[in-house]
Amino acid sequence: MSCAQTIADYAFRSIGIGERLLPRSDFTLCQQITLIGSGMIWNVYFGLLALAFGFFLAVAVALGKAHPSRWLRKPAEWFVFVFRGSPLFIQFFLAYEAFVLLPKIGVDINLGFVEITAETRWLTRAWLGALIVLFLNTAAYSAEIFYGALRSIPKGDIEAADAYGLTGWTRFRRITFPTMLRLAWPAYTNEAIFLFHATTLVFFSGFPAWQQRGDALYYANYFADKTFNPFVPYPIVAGYFILLTLCLITLFGVFNKRLNRHLPEAHRRRLRLRPNIIR
Amino acid sequence: MRGETGAIFSYCTDPSVLEGWRWFACYLTNGKHMLAYTSFGTVMLLLAITAPVSLAFGFAGATAARSRIAPLRWVGQGYTAIVRGVPDIAFFLFFVIALDQAFEWLRHQVKCPGWDDPIRQGSDFVVCDAAKLPLSSSPQWVHEVYGFSLAVLTFAIVFGAFAANVLFGAMRAVPRAQMETAEAYGMTPRQSFWRVLVPQMWIFALPGLSNLWMILVKATPLLFLLGVEDIVYWARELGGMKGAVFDYPHPDWRLWYFLALLVFYLGLTRVSEIVLERLTRRLSHGQATSGGEAMRRAAA
Repeated sequence: MSCAQTIADYAFRSIGIGERLLPRSDFTLCQQITLIGSGMIWNVYFGLLALAFGFFLAVAVALGKAHPSRWLRKPAEWFVFVFRGSPLFIQFFLAYEAFVLLPKIGVDINLGFVEITAETRWLTRAWLGALIVLFLNTAAYSAEIFYGALRSIPKGDIEAADAYGLTGWTRFRRITFPTMLRLAWPAYTNEAIFLFHATTLVFFSGFPAWQQRGDALYYANYFADKTFNPFVPYPIVAGYFILLTLCLITLFGVFNKRLNRHLPEAHRRRLRLRPNIIR
Repeated sequence: MRGETGAIFSYCTDPSVLEGWRWFACYLTNGKHMLAYTSFGTVMLLLAITAPVSLAFGFAGATAARSRIAPLRWVGQGYTAIVRGVPDIAFFLFFVIALDQAFEWLRHQVKCPGWDDPIRQGSDFVVCDAAKLPLSSSPQWVHEVYGFSLAVLTFAIVFGAFAANVLFGAMRAVPRAQMETAEAYGMTPRQSFWRVLVPQMWIFALPGLSNLWMILVKATPLLFLLGVEDIVYWARELGGMKGAVFDYPHPDWRLWYFLALLVFYLGLTRVSEIVLERLTRRLSHGQATSGGEAMRRAAA
């Protein structure tokens, strides 16, 4: 089988398009690269959506945590503590078990509501269930970053806003939020990278890979198990993730430049890549 | 299974007649649960061994990365760079197989020099029987200990690389003037390294190291992926639905078991936070940092 044929068969295998059966013997390098690359679709999907939705929740939680009112501050603090203080691995297991139990409860309470039972069924699938967990998790980690940035907004900036008569929503939109974002951006870039790395946990905990549609590490693990040779598939995963990381750094770097465009070159905060972190 | 009754409480002899809290008391102290509780010890043991070992790896890596001998420096820098940009879980899966095969290959070279067949036969990894690790004739506990040691070594390698990165930064953060003073007193590079740099770098390394400790705590459930019977394994095992053939039948309780694990980890991180905060205060004492300065002012 030629490599072009392999790519046509397996390039979208992870989302169910193309050949159904995975290769079982005589694994070629082309097959491994194609299938693992196909699994990357899931990593990118989870990472992008969780990051996009998580951003808004994170800003809300950070504002809640910085709020003088106990009633807003305490729930926000607990949310951040629970999701940052426990392993993502356990969160996945817990969420999956909870989602599996849901339909039974749902049917008991809402007899006859077809829509609700259908929705709870989707929760046990990785594409929705794991996404929710990743969304809440990244929201908690980002909220802590944004909270730190909120607290380090220069006092003078806020005082200047007051002097100009900016209050409430206007002050937040024009002064607090952009400054917070600018201060938090380097740390937030790291968080985004870690989140993409964390997406590899999805199919190793709780959520089963339906019809062997898994992510990059799932396929790499499949190949390593079948060939007893870890020296080919895992470096392929590593290569893909290094590429993904480089893309992310470039993308976030462009945005960082935009956030800092009013500052002289020497004062700009550089993006610094830190070693990655398990959660 | 039937016949496996806990002996902690006298009333546990016949579980089928128990009710309410007595049922729970017996259920939570039966043989399997007692085994499961020891797995919390496994996690603690992993933490207790991995933390110092990876700190040692990290120290070696950071020192190598500062070395004046170029090849040694490249090794140190390569070690710290390897964990950037790649998901750690990939390393965990990779190192366990790779280390296992590396050990077996080394033993194979030593013990079976007359072996002609290739070791990689298609998709099989074949070494002679005497080189197998652990030997197929060894008892179960040897297999378990070997699996656990592989896991510890993997954790130490990965976290050692993180620690190397932190310590490398900390060594560079020690004020240059301190080292120059040491040189002015006529200390050799080795002396100034051990007597000035190393004692002072810890306060600069502590934020990074405490962060690393938190990550290590949260990485311990990965033991489950490495095939060790850890708390995640037991939570799945004990929580699963138990039918009428069991002494203590119950529906699917895995949710509650994982909730207990969540609480365990939250407690562990909270305790670590408190301890690390105290340690920071202790190490800040007398240091030329803003924390140390604040303590000096408060005392004066």
